[in-house]
Amino acid sequence: MKKMNKFISVLSAAVLAASMLAGCGETAADSASGQSGASGDKVFKIGAIGPLTGGAAAYGIAVCNAAELAVEEINEKGGINGYKVEYRKEDDELNSEKSVNAYNTLKDWGMQLLVGSTTSACSIAVSEYTKQDNMFQITPSGSAEDCVLYDNVFRVCFSDPNQGIASAQYISDQGLATKVGIIYDSSDVYSNGIYQKFVQESAGKSFEVVSAEAFTSDNNTDFSVQLQKAKDAGADLVFLPIYYKEAALILTQANTMGYAPTFFGVDGMDGILTVDNFDTSLAEGLMLLTPFAADATDDLTVNFVKKYQEKYGEIPNQFAADAYDAVYILKQAIEAKGVTPDMSVSDICEQVKTAMTEIEASGLTSAKMTWAANGEPNKEPKAVVIQNGAYVSR
Amino acid sequence: MLNKKSKDNLITYAIVIAAYALFQILALTGNLSSHMKGLLVPMTYYAVIAVALNLCVGILGELSIGHCGFMCIGAFTSAFFSKVTAGVLPTAPRFFLAFIIGIGFAALFGFLIGIPVLRLKGDYLAIVTLAFGEIIKNVINAFYIGVDKSGLHFSMKNSMELGMEPDGNIIVNGAMGITGTPHDANFTVGIVVLLISLFVVQNLVNSRDGRAIMAIRDNYIAAESTGINVTGYKMMAFTISAAIAGAAGVLFSHNITTLTASSQYFGYNASIMILVYVVLGGIGNIRGSVIAACILYLLPELLRGLNAYRMLIYSIILIVMMIVNWSPKVIEWRKKTFGKVKLPGRKEAA
Amino acid sequence: MSFLTYFINGLSLGSIYAIIALGYTMVYGIAKMLNFAHGDFIMVGCYIIFSVSRALSGNSIVAIIISIVLCTILGITTEFVAYRPLRGAASPLAVLITAIGVSYLLENIALLIFGADVKSFTSVIKWEGLTFADGQLRIQGVTIVTIVVSIVILITLQLFINKTKQGQAMLAVAEDRGAATLMGINVNKTIMLTFAIGSALAAVAGALLCSAYPSLSPYTGAMPGIKAFVAAVLGGIGSIPGAMIGGLVLGIVEILSKTYISSQLSDAIVFGILVLVLLIKPTGILGKQVQVKV
Repeated sequence: MKKMNKFISVLSAAVLAASMLAGCGETAADSASGQSGASGDKVFKIGAIGPLTGGAAAYGIAVCNAAELAVEEINEKGGINGYKVEYRKEDDELNSEKSVNAYNTLKDWGMQLLVGSTTSACSIAVSEYTKQDNMFQITPSGSAEDCVLYDNVFRVCFSDPNQGIASAQYISDQGLATKVGIIYDSSDVYSNGIYQKFVQESAGKSFEVVSAEAFTSDNNTDFSVQLQKAKDAGADLVFLPIYYKEAALILTQANTMGYAPTFFGVDGMDGILTVDNFDTSLAEGLMLLTPFAADATDDLTVNFVKKYQEKYGEIPNQFAADAYDAVYILKQAIEAKGVTPDMSVSDICEQVKTAMTEIEASGLTSAKMTWAANGEPNKEPKAVVIQNGAYVSR
Repeated sequence: MLNKKSKDNLITYAIVIAAYALFQILALTGNLSSHMKGLLVPMTYYAVIAVALNLCVGILGELSIGHCGFMCIGAFTSAFFSKVTAGVLPTAPRFFLAFIIGIGFAALFGFLIGIPVLRLKGDYLAIVTLAFGEIIKNVINAFYIGVDKSGLHFSMKNSMELGMEPDGNIIVNGAMGITGTPHDANFTVGIVVLLISLFVVQNLVNSRDGRAIMAIRDNYIAAESTGINVTGYKMMAFTISAAIAGAAGVLFSHNITTLTASSQYFGYNASIMILVYVVLGGIGNIRGSVIAACILYLLPELLRGLNAYRMLIYSIILIVMMIVNWSPKVIEWRKKTFGKVKLPGRKEAA
Repeated sequence: MSFLTYFINGLSLGSIYAIIALGYTMVYGIAKMLNFAHGDFIMVGCYIIFSVSRALSGNSIVAIIISIVLCTILGITTEFVAYRPLRGAASPLAVLITAIGVSYLLENIALLIFGADVKSFTSVIKWEGLTFADGQLRIQGVTIVTIVVSIVILITLQLFINKTKQGQAMLAVAEDRGAATLMGINVNKTIMLTFAIGSALAAVAGALLCSAYPSLSPYTGAMPGIKAFVAAVLGGIGSIPGAMIGGLVLGIVEILSKTYISSQLSDAIVFGILVLVLLIKPTGILGKQVQVKV
């Protein structure tokens, strides 16, 4: 009897799973046929991957939304080379294994070009497979060095070491501080990469690193110790190579303990002014190297921010800007070589790869971007300081 | 004539082999999507670790919520070995040695951690396994190991402290972990590992040792008073369980080429996910663990079409499945409704 | 002086763990189930306060009351729908797994409603706190309020459990469910009451957690929840003063190990100390030694 119940248990589970399988198989088929029917014969298929659930969902959602927005705009204006673009996003839960699963799902759907993955470790894992399939991959925000290890992978954002070097250089050149404290996330690839390069680079500069304290993703609410240590060491500038989520807490806690050094962030800091209900006066004087400012007044940014806000009800951050640029960069590269959707994935990749080193793109994150064959972008970081709740270029 | 238990075991192997054959045929005839192909290896190692945890939770009767820590150790030690020897050894012996190393280290840590952990009971034991899982993850996150001409360099602070020669190669880079581990794992290897794990656990369960372990689970004092070496048997089961979890880790690290000791893979949340497989498959039911691991790993993947509602639906299915499978009232109702229906090949007495 | 500063920081963090652990231990000690969704009840409470006080343009008292009421309803509903059917299941793990399902469910509902991005929480405590030694030492207002509120809750719970009929019923249910039923105690009702109290405490803890660390996302409650569970075990399962002590000890140990040993390894050190404490006192700081009989 007991055994039979177990049998029924397993059976019921299997039936549930099977019904789900059947259910989603249908919906996928429906939507695919519906779309291709509407858009005529051939289309470009662009996929995007990012964490849409879990603790890092804010970043993945920004990337996937902005890419979707860019695709819609392109389709409204007649597509790429006269072909419409189809777009699909997949969740990876900030998990490289799931990211590969997401990639395979997109491949089954017929993806030809990949915008993703959003985060470094996932992007590296996926690049192993795009390399095998020779599919062109452009990661909007995978900033670790190894993300662009293969020649079919390019990125839009700055690399981590690049940001570390640029920050150290900038702080030294501008004489912003003599003693620097660092607070970084030791469990995060991005934060660690910038931190290590920054410390290496600080040798021989006009400042000295007096404290370097870590936190981890499991321990990211209380920063009193890290701040107190920087304060006790006499740091007059605190370098924060972290995301705005934690930075918002750090600024609040520094304020409560009456510690007011200059805070200096990198591109992950962008977004701090748009945190819902955040007291922006706390961010007064915060400096950051960022490629994107949501309140910039150029037409491109104004249009993007307006449309994004209308569609998704949020102010886009740097992740969104990178992804939006990524799609337009793809468009430019495809047009440069006259690529058509009926070419094979591998041929598209070869063409786009060559085009990438030849084009000069202009987007939200820089007015002028070029790429080396190794996939690294060549663009100038912008230093901004927050004054009266807005970015002011320095 | 086979006795009932051996027959039952054979059915388990047969299911695994049949599934293997089915998927291989589908793959060869081109009927398997890349998505499904990509899921095959993860399914095998989650099944392996579910078997390992079932040995600990179901057979030994001690709740562990840190088993992914052992997986983490297996993954890191073997990936380290494979990366260092990638240019030196040919693939097959290297991968085999990687298994030996991964399993060995996981077993060693299982043994060392087992000494304090198994002195505790119930929820206190569970929380200490959680603690060890988190400690392992946190410490590995702070490891920096590099190799250059003068040998191995080691630091617990950052990669600059390694003092490496310019030609040196950083193997383990703190939170950035190990990248570029050779992609050695495939479905066949995964299935072989799963079969071996099943063989080990099922034979243990049906052996004299296994009966002793279950006696301890069912009644600690009675077992002790009949002269069973309680500590020894507990340690044995726990160490074997850790070793099998280590094997799952080896598969894991040789399937995904970036390995980081982060919470998504090795934290308590991941360990609890494995526990979900075990409980849903039936505590102490090894075959159930394998099936549940596969179904529950597949489920969120198959729900991908639902986009934003994916994890929401998944959580609801999880709750419903638990109630359907475990609620005493539902079981009673099921007995009333289905009890008279005889399922083919199943005797009522079973 | 600097030690005192760090110690006070530890106290602030510990007080937050303590107040969460009080709610945790309530359910844990009496219903004998690990409610993994407790941290998510806290998160729900925070979102309710956030939304209501925005709608009422900053009336935080009303917001907290509404949050307590809604969280209580949520707790009772969850207990009734998801946990009660599993009472008496063959393994106590069944309900644990269901709690994990509930936790995922709440997180994903919050994700769909409020989005993934963090929201900055406006502290419900407007008081700056006390300063000593010419402003060098400072205890934040929220820390003092948290400690006072925890002590009030602690005393009230102790009185409730030891002096009222309902409280005695809870103790009886915790001790022996079968015997309690024979004594005419309605086990279902008692456990439901426990969940109601536990969830109301979660709402209070949420208000204080987010006032001290004003960042709110669908995953806000998960980590504090697990830390509070650790605190509850450290203090001794089922012991209400133990939860309070466990929370404070955990917070202080965490801050001091970050300060004096390593900020990178502080998680490992905190858990290491937990292991040590449990090896010396296998049932936690204030836990009862239970005699196992055949």
